[in-house]
Amino acid sequence: MQIIGFLIIFPLIAALALLLIRQNTARNVIVYISGAAIACGSIVLAATYMGAQAVYFEFASEIVDYLCTAVSCICVVIIVAFAVKYKNVFAAILALIQMVVVLYVEFSFASQMEVEFGLYVDSLSVIMSLIIGIIGSGICVYAIGYMEDFQAHEPETAKDRRPTFFAIMFIFLSAMFAIVLSNNMSWMFTAWEVTTLCSFLLIGYTKTEEAIRNAFRQIIMNLAGGIGFIVALWFCAAQVGTLSFADFLSIGINNPQIVAIPITFLAFAGITKAAQMPFQTWLLGAMVAPTPTSALLHSSTMVKAGVFLLVKLAPLFLLNPIASVMVMLVGGVTFLLCSFMAISQSNAKRVLAYSTIANLGLITMCAGVGTPEAVWAAIFLIVFHAIAKSLLFLCVGTAEHHIGSRDIEDMDLLFERMPRLARLMMLGIMCMFIAPFGMLVAKWAALVSFVNMDQVALILILAFGSAATFMFWAKWLGKLAGVAGQPKNVELDVHVSEWIAIMLMAILLVFACVALPVISAYMVEPYVVEVYGFLGQDISFDNLFIASICVVVVVIALFAGLGRSKARQVDIYLAGVSKDNEKREFQNSLSGQTVATARNWYMNDIFGEARIAPVGVIFNSVIMCCAIVLALVGITLI
Amino acid sequence: MEFFEGLIITIAASVVFAIIAPVVGCLLAGVDRVISARMQGRVGPPLLQPYYDVRKLMGKEKVSVNTVQGAYVVCAFIFACLAGGIFFSGGNLLMCVFVITLSSLFLIMAAWSSRSPYSEVGASRETLQVMSYEPMVLIFAVAFYMATALILPLDGLGSFNVSSAFMLNVPVITYVWPVFIGLLFILTIKLRKSPFDLSMSHHAHQEIVRGITTEMSGPTLALVEILHWCENVLFLGWVGVFFIWGTWWSVLIAIAVALVVYFIEILIDNNFARVKWQFMLKSAWVVALIGGVNIAVLAYM
Amino acid sequence: MGYASKSPWVIHYDGSSCNGCDIEVLATLCPGFDGERFGVINTGNPKHADIFLVTGSVNEQNISVVREIYDQMIEPKVVVACGICACTGGIFKDCYNVIGGVDQAIPVDVYAPGCAVRPETLIDAIVKGVAVLDEKAASLKATEKAR
Repeated sequence: MQIIGFLIIFPLIAALALLLIRQNTARNVIVYISGAAIACGSIVLAATYMGAQAVYFEFASEIVDYLCTAVSCICVVIIVAFAVKYKNVFAAILALIQMVVVLYVEFSFASQMEVEFGLYVDSLSVIMSLIIGIIGSGICVYAIGYMEDFQAHEPETAKDRRPTFFAIMFIFLSAMFAIVLSNNMSWMFTAWEVTTLCSFLLIGYTKTEEAIRNAFRQIIMNLAGGIGFIVALWFCAAQVGTLSFADFLSIGINNPQIVAIPITFLAFAGITKAAQMPFQTWLLGAMVAPTPTSALLHSSTMVKAGVFLLVKLAPLFLLNPIASVMVMLVGGVTFLLCSFMAISQSNAKRVLAYSTIANLGLITMCAGVGTPEAVWAAIFLIVFHAIAKSLLFLCVGTAEHHIGSRDIEDMDLLFERMPRLARLMMLGIMCMFIAPFGMLVAKWAALVSFVNMDQVALILILAFGSAATFMFWAKWLGKLAGVAGQPKNVELDVHVSEWIAIMLMAILLVFACVALPVISAYMVEPYVVEVYGFLGQDISFDNLFIASICVVVVVIALFAGLGRSKARQVDIYLAGVSKDNEKREFQNSLSGQTVATARNWYMNDIFGEARIAPVGVIFNSVIMCCAIVLALVGITLI
Repeated sequence: MEFFEGLIITIAASVVFAIIAPVVGCLLAGVDRVISARMQGRVGPPLLQPYYDVRKLMGKEKVSVNTVQGAYVVCAFIFACLAGGIFFSGGNLLMCVFVITLSSLFLIMAAWSSRSPYSEVGASRETLQVMSYEPMVLIFAVAFYMATALILPLDGLGSFNVSSAFMLNVPVITYVWPVFIGLLFILTIKLRKSPFDLSMSHHAHQEIVRGITTEMSGPTLALVEILHWCENVLFLGWVGVFFIWGTWWSVLIAIAVALVVYFIEILIDNNFARVKWQFMLKSAWVVALIGGVNIAVLAYM
Repeated sequence: MGYASKSPWVIHYDGSSCNGCDIEVLATLCPGFDGERFGVINTGNPKHADIFLVTGSVNEQNISVVREIYDQMIEPKVVVACGICACTGGIFKDCYNVIGGVDQAIPVDVYAPGCAVRPETLIDAIVKGVAVLDEKAASLKATEKAR
């Protein structure tokens, strides 16, 4: 239990220190040390509780309860202050509504309702802690070098706000630990709100007009989700009579009828946090923030809190058809349409954003199905998505600072200009969509679970969505793979801290892919067995083993043996007389010179945002409204 | 160590596949060229012409436009053999599908690495082709599973293992013939036959030179040819698996059907002009949706 | 006989010809004469071709193109000059911008005369070229072994 306390409180202390100490070297040292400490803490937690049954800790305290209410209120006050400053009425109203509901719930129900076991650890929270602890602090370390470059690009007169930036990053980590480790749902809610506020501040960090606009979009959507969460708590307290998450789940399994309303609202909260359509725009808007922020929001925190909640609720979805259909369809439609829209994007960060939303959609889908196989798949999707996506974000961020663009078309010849970075980026991309890497193994398990449940619609969604996924990743991969001549290597002055973080992600990725059978046996399967009592029909062990061998082959092909070829080097064929083969310049029919250019396909008239986004937004909004109305009027179909 | 046994069987099967499939595929390619010639009123080359071509290519000087292309093609070949090994040793059909996609990806990367404009256009088109046929291929695997679930005497659980076809009372074609027809449709794309030979055509190769193989030459090109032979054998295996059930002679029926299908593909190849990519994408996806209707029916049976 | 001679893939380039020879070259590859009986395939890619069929003479404008195609072909390779213009410059020899036959630009292995060159002559020339191809393949193999 001390280790849990350490994981939640230590980042706060680090944040405080970062806020107070404004000297650059000292700050770097603090970030390195506390990042390492948090990572070690999560590893110790994992080592202690790995594979064990869930452990609940007796921890209840009036003070913590009031502290949480106070923190929720402070969050609201800060939001209202910003809303007043930037004249955003809507955000202020939502924040105030939320505060009223919070105070009402806290003082009318929660204060009489003591949750005896305030904290807990089970295999899922161990996995989440590892993701937050290792990847999250890896991103903080990366931010050291990145923010130095970032500051250098700012005008001289700009105030150095890096202390605030790093402090918020660490508060974020603390809040995430609190979400995955508290059993008291009102504490969880507070942490939930803290992550919302932190991401608001991080998105608005640059204070440009666009950043502020997107930050407010984020806060409005997530406040709506937060209100969903607190309404769910209200029903929990009033109807189910408990605020303990574990009790809530076990009551729900024995008596599905009674939890129909709270899980619909909790699912709504999870869906907003996980940026599912129609809320996808906040995550796209979050791309204006500095890259470490995007990496943190997309990979280890924020959106992962949303899907974490949904995966936790998965056993209840199995018993509640309406909530289940809502979650499955919202996730499925999001997965399909966002994969389509990713094809039409040329901005690397937007492609990553759409791919994130699509993958979260897939996780949501799995959670909605709620069978043991689906939960197994969902957890692996969370793990691999976290690692691969953070690797990709960090690579794109570094590339952006060194080639001056985040457009995929400008990444031509990156293989030569930034040899190491390009190969790592290729590794990350391959992990996202192709066998034998983890994401695809998880997708495979998801497919098997959909088939076993006869979910034909989901099978089709997965089939078409995966095809679109292949398209947008493969063309990016192709752009990176180009080799010609010997352009100037521009990766020599990449910051050490950036390399540390990127290499950490790459090593984790290869490790996780190769060790997939082991992770499955010691961390994921215990959780599934504990929740369901049995495992379901999963992918057999020898297939997983073949997959891990393939991973090794692919990694070797990417990194070793290249650049050593006995063959004579020749120029490419340009049909005519080449003038400058490296630049693809040839003599045209009028004896002038032409440069051959080839751009990727974006197929805007088929997969364009303007055409596809409204479909998903309208469809999903209708689905969610119907589900909530049905739940409120008491139709459960159980 | 049961799973090590499975692993060794798969790897051994892949090695055997890597030896036998090129022989079979080479003969099939030879037959293809002779039949095509006859359809055009010509005598055509000798049956072993594809073999002569590959031997000649192997004897040519080794040149390359960069240092990585050869390695990628070798990877593509290895994974195609692995996919074949998984399939013909009775392994998991989904695994086979995923590994063959990995093989296509490596070929695409090999083309893209050259930075030749013609290769790049070919690689883009190949990516589009993969996107077009992928849904139908996944639905094919799912339909196989669902059909076995209906036929096998277990309580509603099917199997993705190809070997389970030999435990059936009736072949899966009895339940999933629409999916079979859908698979034939996308098989035209996978076998690189006209009207869907967008990325790399065997015939009129002037418009994008040779598409993805433009910059591959000599031994590398020979390996690409062998890779295609292996792929063709694997895809015809997919066709055959629809007709397998619990008797040994069903294998003969499966082979006969595969050969008939191959003949039909040659006929289509010789009778259709190449289409635009829009038509390929839309028609392949519509066909996949029809396959989806088929599995929806199975789900409610 | 080696394998090089069993699958001569050709690439065809039209210098400054009157197009008569080009039509005959294509006729050779069409069903009427069916060059594929001998494994002949027309490729558009010098990197895949073994035999370079050039029609028409070489002039100031196209000499660099002819050289580039030849350079991009991979050993062993053979050049066939198809028609009298490609052999010597023909009736265009004295034009102000004509340099002469193909051999002014690249080494030619087989000369196939005629105006226009007949398909039978061309098949003869390709068969002769194939023999040269075999020789070159053998010597290439020998040098590779020696290395």
